[in-house]
Amino acid sequence: MMQQAKSLFLLLAGLVVTGSSRAAWEVNMTEGVTAVSRNIYGLHMTILMICVVIGLIVFGVMFYSIFKHRKSKGAVAHQFHESTLVEIVWTSIPFLILVLMAIPATKTLVEIYNTDEADIDIKITGYQWKWQYEYVGEDVSFFSNLSTPREQIRNVRDKNPNYLLEVDEPLVIPVDKKVRFLVTAADVIHSWWVPALAVKRDAIPGFINEAWTNIEVPGTYRGQCAELCGKDHGYMPIVVEAKSQEDYDAWLQAKKTAAGKERELTDKTWTMAELMDRGEQAYTKACAVCHQPNGAGMPPIFPALKGSPMATEADQIGAHVDIVMNGKKGSAMQAFAGQLSEVDLAAVITYERNAWGNDTGEMVTPKEIVEYKKTGEYVEDPAKQTMPDNQQASL
Amino acid sequence: MSEQDREQPEAIEHSTRRTVIRSILVACGMFGFGFAMVPLYNVFCQVTGLNGKTDPDPYMYKAAEAKVDTSRDIKVQFVATKNAGMSWDFYPSTPQVTVHPGEPGLLNFVAKNPTGKTIVGQAIPSVTPFEATNFLHKVECFCFTTQTLQPWEEKVMPLRIIVDQDLPKHIKKLTLSYTLFDVTHLN
Amino acid sequence: MTSVTDTASSLDQEHHHGPAKGLMRWVLTTNHKDIGSMYLWFSFIMFLTGGAMAMIIRAELFQPGLQIVEPAFFNQMTTMHGLIMVFGAVMPAFVGLANWMIPMMIGAPDMAMPRMNNWSFWILPFAAVMLVSTLFMEGGGPNFGWTFYAPLSTDYAPPSTTFFIFAIHMLGISSIMGAINIIATILNLRAPGMTMMKMPMFVWTWLITAYLLIAVMPVLAGAVTMMLMDIHFGTSFFNAGGGGDPVLFQHIFWFFGHPEVYIMILPSFGIVSAIIPAFARKPLFGYTSMVYATASIAFLSFIVWAHHMFTVGIPLIGELFFMYATMLIAVPTGVKIFNWVTTMFRGSMTFETPMLFSTAFVVLFTIGGFSGLMLSIAPADFQYHDTYFVVAHFHYVLVPGAIFAIYAACYYWLPKWTGYMYDETLAKVHFWMSFIGMNLTFFPMHFVGLAGMPRRIPDYALQFANFNEMASIGGFMFGTTQLLFLFIVIKCIRGGAKAEAKPWEGSEGLEWSVPSPAPYHTFTTPPDVK
Repeated sequence: MMQQAKSLFLLLAGLVVTGSSRAAWEVNMTEGVTAVSRNIYGLHMTILMICVVIGLIVFGVMFYSIFKHRKSKGAVAHQFHESTLVEIVWTSIPFLILVLMAIPATKTLVEIYNTDEADIDIKITGYQWKWQYEYVGEDVSFFSNLSTPREQIRNVRDKNPNYLLEVDEPLVIPVDKKVRFLVTAADVIHSWWVPALAVKRDAIPGFINEAWTNIEVPGTYRGQCAELCGKDHGYMPIVVEAKSQEDYDAWLQAKKTAAGKERELTDKTWTMAELMDRGEQAYTKACAVCHQPNGAGMPPIFPALKGSPMATEADQIGAHVDIVMNGKKGSAMQAFAGQLSEVDLAAVITYERNAWGNDTGEMVTPKEIVEYKKTGEYVEDPAKQTMPDNQQASL
Repeated sequence: MSEQDREQPEAIEHSTRRTVIRSILVACGMFGFGFAMVPLYNVFCQVTGLNGKTDPDPYMYKAAEAKVDTSRDIKVQFVATKNAGMSWDFYPSTPQVTVHPGEPGLLNFVAKNPTGKTIVGQAIPSVTPFEATNFLHKVECFCFTTQTLQPWEEKVMPLRIIVDQDLPKHIKKLTLSYTLFDVTHLN
Repeated sequence: MTSVTDTASSLDQEHHHGPAKGLMRWVLTTNHKDIGSMYLWFSFIMFLTGGAMAMIIRAELFQPGLQIVEPAFFNQMTTMHGLIMVFGAVMPAFVGLANWMIPMMIGAPDMAMPRMNNWSFWILPFAAVMLVSTLFMEGGGPNFGWTFYAPLSTDYAPPSTTFFIFAIHMLGISSIMGAINIIATILNLRAPGMTMMKMPMFVWTWLITAYLLIAVMPVLAGAVTMMLMDIHFGTSFFNAGGGGDPVLFQHIFWFFGHPEVYIMILPSFGIVSAIIPAFARKPLFGYTSMVYATASIAFLSFIVWAHHMFTVGIPLIGELFFMYATMLIAVPTGVKIFNWVTTMFRGSMTFETPMLFSTAFVVLFTIGGFSGLMLSIAPADFQYHDTYFVVAHFHYVLVPGAIFAIYAACYYWLPKWTGYMYDETLAKVHFWMSFIGMNLTFFPMHFVGLAGMPRRIPDYALQFANFNEMASIGGFMFGTTQLLFLFIVIKCIRGGAKAEAKPWEGSEGLEWSVPSPAPYHTFTTPPDVK
């Protein structure tokens, strides 16, 4: 029946599907990889079929009249214009069909709402324009950003097969486990949607919503934000990797170890070149969306950093650290203290003060950021390595 | 001008005026209704637990009345979210407690202002599943009022909760979420 | 320029000698036909403006990647396209048709409140200019979608939002005044013998629409007022941090929004119920059931709003209630479709342009109704919600539902308005190009929506490319074709075959009893209705 519907669809569009271009001609909802998604797919196909049958009958009668009862074919108009019986019939039959339809729909809905007995809880927070995943009780938390290179979006380079549907860090969950999602947002309303899981939940600032899934097949499943959330609404994809329990455990362990390594990095002595390198990466991920890769911003909402007093004047360095860490109230500037590691914060600030001809030669170190977090005041570390002039020229 | 020119019979003019006045009253009434939806919605939310909106007032805990239901263990999870404009550190001292219905659970939330400015924060609670909203009582909570933190001040804020004995049997795990907003500009 | 006294005296004359001359005729007119024409011209200009924005949207979506506009501007285009089409094109077009036709259909000399009528029209151009001017303000125009969900439209909105709010207020006041006028006219100025159950369906559907308008436009006004207060006066209606609730905004908005979508379709039902019997040469089947079906649809529209919010996190019981209530709407809507088809059955049909548009209306609106029924199934809506499937659905009900019906009405009554027949050949070209273009644009959107493409995105994954390209080609075709309509109308105004008082063999109603073109004043003495 599903196959029939598919071919009917194609017929309507007047298209011929060839094997190779199948993906680009996808016409139907995915069946998905969970029991719920299959139920939903079944509901979708059933109601579609009911509509097609009703449509064929109604349009059949209509087009029969259109071809047969034409004045040009000598048709004479009958003058009947009322029948209570007929009206009752075509009120009650659709009603009965609807009642029949409502039964499986209700069952599936009840199932979707049953979040009891979950094995794993993951908190999902929507930000403009990225997702944060927190494994509740596991001390693992990370942001997931779009990883499609800007050159592909700007049509400078060829696009990847997963163009706009790829992230730097996917959400990883085990298969055959009931995973509960706690969905919320930190700024505007977003919506977390992965079609293969048939999960779509609005992420609303201040409130927590729940959804769940139980994936049966290991694999990578992709989705996107489904609620308009501002400029880059189209650029905050979701990637879910479903792994076997062992692989998942290994991944979780690696994640925890990596967090420890990151903390060690904070204590390391950084050179300017290292910080600039790391800063560029972090900037591309966290800042370039608004302030643009060339630092020119999109005034007036997203100010330029290139040549701005805050990023170039020596006495503004404290203010610069403050705005990156704590954001700016009443503007789109978020507080990044909780979003980036100390190393990335230091690197980004250093990068902003030296890239695009800002060339201040000033450097902010991870240790200074750690100190700032303790005292709330930026104090320059006299012991930090200063950079020789010739090195600056090579930047 | 044109109305008089047409010389409408007085009866028609009269009934037209009545229709217009009634319609205007309906329109004004509906404008009011738009605003009335705000309190109506809040009542509705509290009755149904919609959006996990919890009772904004402290729960009156009477130790004598509260019988502890030791046959059930309820896990209560705590999660904290900082709204994007909020720079405080904000986290629960423990991610989860296990309590019997009727038995108070106590834990702390830690908030720290890492900036040189005085900031007023407001924590907004939300409970899932919605069905459980009215069965998770807060005896003591930092969310009943706004919290003011001086520059670099750190505050440990106690939270005392009780799970109602009437909590539906199928619910074994509750999540209490707090989102912290910077409301300095509202105060 | 004429002085004030001159103008006054010329207005006096107008009642004896037809319209005044020059610009002031249009500024000061209280004549329902003049005002009706102005409404129609205004709505057509807005239709082209909103259409131009749709062309920009389709051009950007022609291929994946960013080619023509930036995402920030793209969002302004989708937002303005929606707002302009809803508040600038469709609603004023229906009010224009009501102004022209309702007094003539019920045998009234004019609208009940002619001067208020002038006001309700002249607010519109100012509101429209204010709305469009936001695009040129610092920070750009509204970019939060025509549904302007908080907090994107409050805390995160561009500074021009204040002007957007004022524009919505003005548009709302204009609609409310128009609606009150229509109610007053229908209830009080019917010719003797024109009982309620003898009124043409167009009058009935407009009466019900007018009641919907006065019930929900003030709610929208309330919603934008609360937004204004949140933005400027430190209240927290929709800000969770201050004790408000962003979801509350959606409840208030859709309490307005769902009746609003029926406001844009009910008058179409009336138009089609006039045209199909005329060209089938057979009375409308089931007049009484049509009236009751329309009234039930209007009633149901007030209790289904949360079906726009199935994914927002509503308790199970609420979700079920809104799902069942929404499914119920299929019943009265089905009754209407069955009645129209039965009206055609065993008629003696001809297919002039109004009938072509009406037939297409029935077919395509039914397809839109089917996708609506699919969307009402809450669990399935978790997959459909906020995808192009929804975009396809509401364009299937609004383009054929509202726009095609308005075109049908224009072609049907143009001879009465201008005194000349329009160019039938060109009009048929207009129909077929619109029909093909419309389907080519919106049918593929069902596919990309089901395959997982979210709405309101300026760029998309590669698997959606082919159907988007197709939709864009269809969109350009549909867009350009509408310029042909402008040409046809101007040609018809300038001359052509003389139209008789009753140019359509099977048409019924008082409007055909007056000469074509309709004299400046009609039914100054009420006609007798048998």
